[in-house]
Amino acid sequence: MHIVVCIKQVPDSAQIRVHPVTNTIMRQGVPTIINPYDLFALEQALSLRDAYGGEVTVLTMGPPMAEDALRKALGYGADRAVLLTDRYFAGSDTLATSFALSQAIAKVGETFGAPDIVFTGKQTIDGDTAQVGPGIAKRLDLLQLTYVAKIPSVDLDAREIKVERRCEGGTQMLKSRLPCLITMLEGTNEIRRGSLEDALCAARSQVLKWSAADAGIDDLTRCGLRGSPTVVKRVFAPTARAEKAALIETAEMTLRDLADELIGAILTRQPALEQELAFNGGA
Amino acid sequence: MSNANREAPRPNAGRAGTKKELPEHFKDYRHVWVFIELERGQVHPVSFELLGEGRKLADKLGVALAGIVLGPPGETTQSAVAEAFAYGADLVYIVEAPILVDYRNEPFTKAMTELVDTYKPEILLLGATTLGRDLAGSVATTLKTGLTADCTELDVDADGSLAATRPTFGGSLLCTIYTLNYRPQMATVRPRVMAMPQRADTPIGRVIKHKLSMAEEEIVTKVLGFLPDSQSAKANLAYADVVVAGGLGLGGAENLQLVKDLARAIGAEHGCSRPLVQKGWLSADRQIGQTGKTIRPKLYIAAGISGAIQHRVGVEGADLIVAINTDPKAPIFDFAHLGIVTDAIRFLPALTEAFTRRLSPHSRDKLAS
Repeated sequence: MHIVVCIKQVPDSAQIRVHPVTNTIMRQGVPTIINPYDLFALEQALSLRDAYGGEVTVLTMGPPMAEDALRKALGYGADRAVLLTDRYFAGSDTLATSFALSQAIAKVGETFGAPDIVFTGKQTIDGDTAQVGPGIAKRLDLLQLTYVAKIPSVDLDAREIKVERRCEGGTQMLKSRLPCLITMLEGTNEIRRGSLEDALCAARSQVLKWSAADAGIDDLTRCGLRGSPTVVKRVFAPTARAEKAALIETAEMTLRDLADELIGAILTRQPALEQELAFNGGA
Repeated sequence: MSNANREAPRPNAGRAGTKKELPEHFKDYRHVWVFIELERGQVHPVSFELLGEGRKLADKLGVALAGIVLGPPGETTQSAVAEAFAYGADLVYIVEAPILVDYRNEPFTKAMTELVDTYKPEILLLGATTLGRDLAGSVATTLKTGLTADCTELDVDADGSLAATRPTFGGSLLCTIYTLNYRPQMATVRPRVMAMPQRADTPIGRVIKHKLSMAEEEIVTKVLGFLPDSQSAKANLAYADVVVAGGLGLGGAENLQLVKDLARAIGAEHGCSRPLVQKGWLSADRQIGQTGKTIRPKLYIAAGISGAIQHRVGVEGADLIVAINTDPKAPIFDFAHLGIVTDAIRFLPALTEAFTRRLSPHSRDKLAS
């Protein structure tokens, strides 16, 4: 089976700082990582390949430096890596991104065999939209299975797949057909440690670099800023609250007194809570 | 003022999207729509929160507010229609079909896009739930329009465009996003970000029925079963009135028990900040913050949480925020209402005990009455 995994190189958002004066993002020195959610997708793809045979192609759209993320994916054991990189993609919103990626996936299919499954993470940690996966599915006319927690079975002959997907209040068991697009939920597995062989292979492997033209995209008006219906008009810092927390003095007080003091302060500010807490506490 | 200054700013070359030139065929797009999320007979509260927000937008634009109800024929779907009116919809578009009994992407996308193509809304809002995000992404792509995810603020600007504000870069900054040249303008909003509107007792309005041109045979994906969460509490975090959460200041996974103990004593839900989920101390559905759940409790107690912007975004709607942290410079004291600079590990047991002492007589009264 041929599986395509879409990954994204993202700044490690835990380490992003905003400049206190200019309110701009300070990207310098912020390390980049593979979007953590995508690793669950990658691991799922690799284990399906190990079980059923075939190949895993990892694909990313981004600046030339995104090659690092692809090399890491090769290190985990992916068989092939494609970097879709072109200045025409700059400023893409989710609709333009899903267009470019879907074109590239179609090209990967033409070149290396049509994918049975396309994987993405459930969302990225920088954009957090969860829109690109569904966008790719719609553009390639693939069945869309989002928030998948588990894949109990794949039947390659019958072209059938069963998945368990998380939804509000429970888990939905679905049967669908290949080819399909799956977005993987977090915490579903743990990315393997790549083998030494994979590491050597990754170092030797060539990352395919495709421009828009290489990916077969002739309509550049559908890419980048021009292909993005959404426009960012304003970026600003959240307004700070005028008043800081009222600190309860802790010196010379026992923990017991301090706790009573805090409860007193809470109930002074929110008297209605007493009934509520009492009720809950007694329930 | 010089002439040069009065010249209209020129649009940037190549950025067609920045100039508003709404194509002719989009000009009859009117009304604000809210998708009424219905799964297994229950309307998700986020739909009501969105109706409240949609009402404001519709009033500003001077247009009607409509609810979209997609479901199987029967009482539950009909009651969703009544609820949509009760929470402010002027009219409801309803698609009733047996194939809409469980959520599946194919029939729901089909129903929604057919409705949009037929009745042409200007703005379409959905909850950023698993269902809403699954649906919104494929509807927007089918319609080739803009979609702004997880908005925290919605407004209509002077020329009638939807201004959708959302956190970016993990919540460190906010950005306002427009969809100028395409319709509908789509946005999703997470549960609890918007306030719940008042429910009216006179639920009447116009119902417009639409027949879905799709049969079960055309749908590839089949539902084999549904397993409800055994711990119903899991889903309640976003809607809990009292929440206690722990952060890295707890030192170790074992100290999370202190948070759970306090939560149990006061009938609260417990949660945590992102690093704890990353460390595997608690499951992702207990995470509070920009990438986790947004909460709006009456009381929020944050123990050992420093209050990174990521977390702040998720708790700002709380009525009363109490922070317990050893570091007086921790950012959480910038947005908490009450603060105690002390070690949460030592303080939490004392607080649990004090609450128990204070609450138990009332509980007895309550039980006796």
